[in-house]
Parts: sequence; structure tokens; C-alpha cells
Amino acid sequence: MKTTLLTTLATATALSLTMAPAAFAQQDTAEACFVYVGSATDGGWSQAHDEARQAVDEHFGDAVTTRYVESVPEANSEGTIERLARSGCDIIFTTSFGFMDPTIAVAERFPDVKFEHATGYKTADNVTVYNSRFYQGRYIQGQIAASVSETGTAGYIASFPIPEVVQGINAFLLGAQSVNPDFSLKVVWVNSWYDPGAEADAAKVLIDQGVDVITQHTDSTAPVQEAEARGIKAFGQASDMIEAGPTAQLTAILDTWAPYYIERVQAVLDGTWESESNWDGLADGILTMAPYTNMPDEIAAMAEETEEAIKSGELVVFTGPITKQDGTVWLEEGEVADDGTLLGLNFYVEGVDDQLPQ
Amino acid sequence: MIEAILLTIVTASTPLLLAAIGELVVERSGVLNLGVEGMMVMGAVGGFLGMMWTGNPFIGAIVGILFGMALSALFGFLVLSLATNQYATGLALTILGLGLSGLLGEAYVGRSAIRMPALDIPVLTDLPIIGRLVFGQDLIFYVSIALVIGVAWFLFSTKQGLTLRAIGDNHASAHALGIKVIRYRYLAVLFGGGCAGLAGAYLSLVYTPQWAENMTAGRGWIALALVVFASWRPARVLAGAYLFGAVSIGQLHAQALGIAIPSQLLTALPYLATIVVLVIISQNRRLTMINTPASLGKSFVPDR
Repeated sequence: MKTTLLTTLATATALSLTMAPAAFAQQDTAEACFVYVGSATDGGWSQAHDEARQAVDEHFGDAVTTRYVESVPEANSEGTIERLARSGCDIIFTTSFGFMDPTIAVAERFPDVKFEHATGYKTADNVTVYNSRFYQGRYIQGQIAASVSETGTAGYIASFPIPEVVQGINAFLLGAQSVNPDFSLKVVWVNSWYDPGAEADAAKVLIDQGVDVITQHTDSTAPVQEAEARGIKAFGQASDMIEAGPTAQLTAILDTWAPYYIERVQAVLDGTWESESNWDGLADGILTMAPYTNMPDEIAAMAEETEEAIKSGELVVFTGPITKQDGTVWLEEGEVADDGTLLGLNFYVEGVDDQLPQ
Repeated sequence: MIEAILLTIVTASTPLLLAAIGELVVERSGVLNLGVEGMMVMGAVGGFLGMMWTGNPFIGAIVGILFGMALSALFGFLVLSLATNQYATGLALTILGLGLSGLLGEAYVGRSAIRMPALDIPVLTDLPIIGRLVFGQDLIFYVSIALVIGVAWFLFSTKQGLTLRAIGDNHASAHALGIKVIRYRYLAVLFGGGCAGLAGAYLSLVYTPQWAENMTAGRGWIALALVVFASWRPARVLAGAYLFGAVSIGQLHAQALGIAIPSQLLTALPYLATIVVLVIISQNRRLTMINTPASLGKSFVPDR
């Protein structure tokens, strides 16, 4: 066993020396490492990544070992990532937007280690970026919100004004406007990914101001719980939050990273791993919707229909005509936004009752 | 609407007030416990566990107090009996509390707690505006107000309160007078731990009835700042906690109303307000000197 591995490694080294890049640097075992911004059991974002990590463990059995570091502050994540790279990880998944620059910096120093950064936009020879088209789910949420809302106003608890969050807000409103053109959206920024108290405060404030559906782009279950207590509706984020809101949760955007992680770790084993920009959505199964609950059947049917249309490519969320918040035209009739624009999205579409923090 | 805003402010302010009033007594005795955040998060997990074991949020709150006290007892043993550095020990206590609480609560993440019921008195609770505010709160709110009054009375109207302040100002002289410095300080530290524990239990039983790791999210540090902000006076702690709560809720309302001020600035407002007040009160050096416990943060070894 050991000899085979050594031989393989030797061959691989020889190959890479003679004909770089090594085309068939196969290996029998690999170590996959994960860096989480929150706790592995946060009930949201980081937990979704950790569930996928466990799926990797199960899928490969003894061939792949996994390790993770949780609750890593974005601001000083470089040391953590570097320690993982130094300690023998073959592939490191860094799973928060703020890990982007540290990941790139460490990747430069460890050219033989593969890096995968979630939700960012910077790549390198050994850094892939991957993301999920969460906004597709947001569009469905918007349609549901506009259908169930009696006040015609929804509340959006947002974290930081980065493109991914702005995509979500815009998609939610576009979805809502497709059902009710006058639908309005109140946005509250809590400037944190995770602060149950502040998220609950934001939910209370929004409910007091007359919204009857709230959605969140933060990671704790506090807003859903508050919605449950106050008898309004809410959407779960990243993980199924039905336990926090048995009569409140309409659906949830579920991050199902497992198929992607398995595919990428397999690529490391096969020696076929390459730097890529992966942005998958509902159609690829990286994004799924929790069961449509607490709503009339016809609204659930509409949501399912939209989901299918997005999957088949029949419906593309950011398709013109779309007007920007300032009244200028963003997309002409039938024009589809390109990924480059979306990944750098820094403006609202018409109808958002908020000024985007710059 | 006004009632709703005020109610939200009360919820946001109460945990800060509880933790700060406890720390005020600790600091008045001349001990600086920087571990408020750790004791608070232990109180949060304790409150949740107690509620889970018994199904009763009131017992949960008591367990929360005990958890906070247990951690403060450890702090007391280290800084009072072993005379370790108070700053370092306090910081270590916070880190310990955050880690330990995560471990203890791991199995309960994502489960909802039974929310502590609010007071409901027929007629009185239904009064407009002030009804729910004054007569419709949860028990811990009333305890927090009672604690402020009680601490103010104790510190400034009782012999023991005077003794405690004397120890905080000059532990060597107090010791020379035959006062049991260490005993007083132990009791103060335990009181502070209990208050921080209750503040934490308020988070996991009333504020957001659930357990989430690190759910205090820095509130213990704000409580510490509030004590300085209040120049070690109970009534000002009350005012400071409510001011802080009002600004943090106010900025959310401003955002939801679509008022065009950068949200980052709004989020920073409560902290900016604290800094501004700190600058203003430290202008008057004499007043600051009079109010600051002179022995604050200094270790005391009786036989030296």
C-alpha cells in the first residue's frame, strides 16, 4: 500500500517535472479541510457546509479524511488557513466571503495545495471559486411573499452590502413584483452574519412597521422564531428552520453542498482538479428548497412551477425589462444579465425602499 | 407603535442593565472582572439547560444565575485567593466561558426554549401605551429595576455599602481597620457573576428563546463599558443601558423607514454614543477621580 502510494507520488513528481502540469497525478487518499465562519452547529450557513463535509466522509470512507476549523473570524483567518495548508490538507474549502483574500494569500505560498473559496470572485491556478445561485430561491420566495402577504410589504434582514446579498434582495423583489407590481420591501442591515439578538431586534422592528413576511440573509434562527411568536410568516436561510417556526416558515433556501464537495474531492483523487469558477443553482442540486409549508395549495403549486421553470432554464431571474432603483434601464426587454455583472452587483432594482450602503 | 418600540427597547436594554449593575458592585469593591461576556454566555446556556431539564423557565433563570456565579467563583479564587492579574484572568474567563458554554449547549443548538411568560394583570396590562410597558413585562425585567434600586440603596445608605466602597478605594487601609477585604470582594464577585448569569439567561429565555453558541455577541463588553460610562453610579447605569438600547433599536427603525443614512454608521451609533459620553465625562479629571474606585484592578494580599 505504502509502496504503491510512494510509486504513484514518485511517478507524479517525475511527470510533473517533465510535462507540467501533471496530467495523471492520481492519489489513493486525500485529506479535505474546511474552514467555517460560524459554529459547525449554527443551524444555518456553517452547519450546511459541515453536513456536506460529513457526506464527503461517508462517500469516500477511508480514502478521504476530513478536518474542519469552526468559528474562524474573517479578519484573521489567514493563520488558520495557513496552518491547514501546512499540516497536509490536499484541498481546503474556505466557506465565507471574507476568507477570500486570506485564501488567495495562502494559496500563493502553497502552490501544491488546492483551494476552494465559496462565494468570492478571485481565482488563481490553485484556487477555485464556487457559489450557489441563491438568488433563484429568493425569486421563488418573493413570489410566495407577495402571494401570502396582506400588507403588501415584506421585511428583509440583510447582513453586509456585498453582491451576493444585493442579488438576493433584487431577486426577491423581482419575484414579488411578478405577482404584485406594487409590492414593497423594507431592508434592514444588521452588519453581522450572526447575532441572534440583533437579528431578533431587526425582525421585531420590521414587524412593528407593518411587514407580515420576513426573510433574512443572516445565519441564526432568531428571525424565524420571532416571526413564529408574532404570528407572521418567514423564510429559513441556509438550513431548514422549520423547528424554529413550525407555523411561520414558508420554505427555506437549502444549501446542499455535498454533491459539489464530493465531485471536487474526487477530482483531487483523480488528479483532474483544475481551477474553475463554479456557479451552480437549482438545476444542479446545489440549491434546493425546503418543503412549501404554511401556505394555500395553489401558492405552493405556483412556487413549484416557478422552481421547475428555473431548473429547466425557461425562467431566468435577471431578464429584462428591469429598471434600476434610480430609474435608468438596466436590462432591455429580453436581455439577460451576464454573470460578471451579477457577481459585482452593487445597485438595487426599482421598488426597493432602502438606500444601498456603499 | 410607540408602545411596540418602547417594548423592544426594554428587551434590548435589560440584559445590558443586569450585567452592568452586577459589574458595578464588583468594581466598586476594587475588582475588575473583564469576564462579564464569559459569565453571561454561561448564564445563557445555564438558563437554557435548566429550562430544558425542568420545563420551567423560572428554574432555568436560577440555573443561569448559578452558572454565572460558578464561573465568577473561579475568577474570585484566582484573583482574590491566588492574587493573579485581574485583567488577564478576566480575559481568560471570557474565553473559557465562550468555549465551555458551546460545549455544554452543543446538543441543544436550534431548539426553541419555552419563553418566560410575561406578567398579565387584567385592566392594568391593557392600559394604552404604558400598560404592557409597566405591567406586562417578564419577571426578569422587574428584577433588573429592583436590582438598580437595591444596589443604589446598599452602596449609599448602608454601613456594608460604605465598607464595600471603602475597600474599593483603599484596600490596605480597609484591611488595617480590620475589615475582611477578601470576604467582601468574594461576595461582590459572586453577586456580579449572578447578575451576568441572569443577563445571559434573559437572552436565552426571553430575548431570543433558544440556545445559540456565542449568542451574547459582545453584550458583556458593552456592559463593561456602561459601568465606566455611568462613572460607577447605579442610576446612570440604568440611563446608559436604556440609552444604548434606544439607539440600537432606533437605528433599526430608521433603516426600516428608509431614512437615507448609511447603515454602517447607524450600526456604529450606540458605540459612538458611548465613546462620546466617555470623552465628555473624562474631561473633568477631578470628578472622574472621585468616582473611580482607587484600588480598581489592583491585587490585594492581606499579609504584605
